[in-house]
Amino acid sequence: MTVIQQVMIVAIVVLGTMATRFLPFLVFPPGKPTPDYVRYLGRVLPAAAIGLLVVYSLKDVNVLAGSRGLPELVSVAVVVWLHLWKKNMFLSIAAGTVLYMILIRL
Amino acid sequence: MNHKLNRAAAFRAAFPVTVPILAGFLFLGIAYGVFMNLSGFGAGWAFLMSLLIFAGSMEFVTVGLLLGSFNPLGALLLTLMVNARHLFYGISMLEKYKGTGWKKPYLIFGMCDESFSINYSAKIPEGVDRSWFMFFVTLLNHVYWVAGATIGGLLGSFVNFDMKGLEFVMTALFVVIFVEQWMKEKVHDSAILGVGVSVVSLIAFGADRFIVPAMIAILAVLTLTRKAMERKTAAAKEGGCA
Repeated sequence: MTVIQQVMIVAIVVLGTMATRFLPFLVFPPGKPTPDYVRYLGRVLPAAAIGLLVVYSLKDVNVLAGSRGLPELVSVAVVVWLHLWKKNMFLSIAAGTVLYMILIRL
Repeated sequence: MNHKLNRAAAFRAAFPVTVPILAGFLFLGIAYGVFMNLSGFGAGWAFLMSLLIFAGSMEFVTVGLLLGSFNPLGALLLTLMVNARHLFYGISMLEKYKGTGWKKPYLIFGMCDESFSINYSAKIPEGVDRSWFMFFVTLLNHVYWVAGATIGGLLGSFVNFDMKGLEFVMTALFVVIFVEQWMKEKVHDSAILGVGVSVVSLIAFGADRFIVPAMIAILAVLTLTRKAMERKTAAAKEGGCA
């Protein structure tokens, strides 16, 4: 690929990414009443989207090989438990991450 | 004067919630910059790509695209597929980003996974300007990411750190936000649906192509069960069932 072609590819990736971010706002501008169905989705989708995001961030875990996803499972469980208990965002995230870094070195 | 005070208060409220992202983005950003450097792209590329694309996983994918043969349409389709989840974020943020004035285009431009999940879930303190708060969350995340990528691009192969596993900070952040959302809502159907469908789709389609089928299934279920869902949430609001 020439440099021009590489710049074009980056430009296309930028445009594609921006399309996925701007599209809902362009289709449903604030001036026009948003359809009931979309407002309903706006209420129920976030919980599902965050669930999807959790799975997405763990997508490369291989449960059939290596540590079989045990460090991830234990660390996620500790994050959930700590957060339900102490409700302290920093504590939950820091403790979970440090634990994970230790577990993958055992 | 008052305007300045507003801005400062919003910054002070926004910075602490972005600290986990500071750690995660510096680490992942450096890893990305080093990866770019080793693939033959200098710090300038890492800087521009992190600045303009600002979608972590897509930037790693783009390096592969740049090293392959020139295929603009393929690049576009792959980008749309990898980033399709932003459509859900947009629909979720239609209300929250309303009335944010000139900041709105930037808020949407910078709506990566982390900016979305923080801006959606953060309890913004009383008296703090909402639009400035969300603006600073987005801007800080953006700065962390660009700084990390550029540092990584400059260091290149000189860097030799054993911080393996620090990337888990992002997973931990998403889990915490999931738990927060869980505690806030009375009806958990949508949260369970999101995790369940995504896991099934991941097993069925594999890590590289599970997102779009998962999104379609989530949309289908939420659409088909709309009446029941609305009844349930309405009942829960009245304190009927918990």
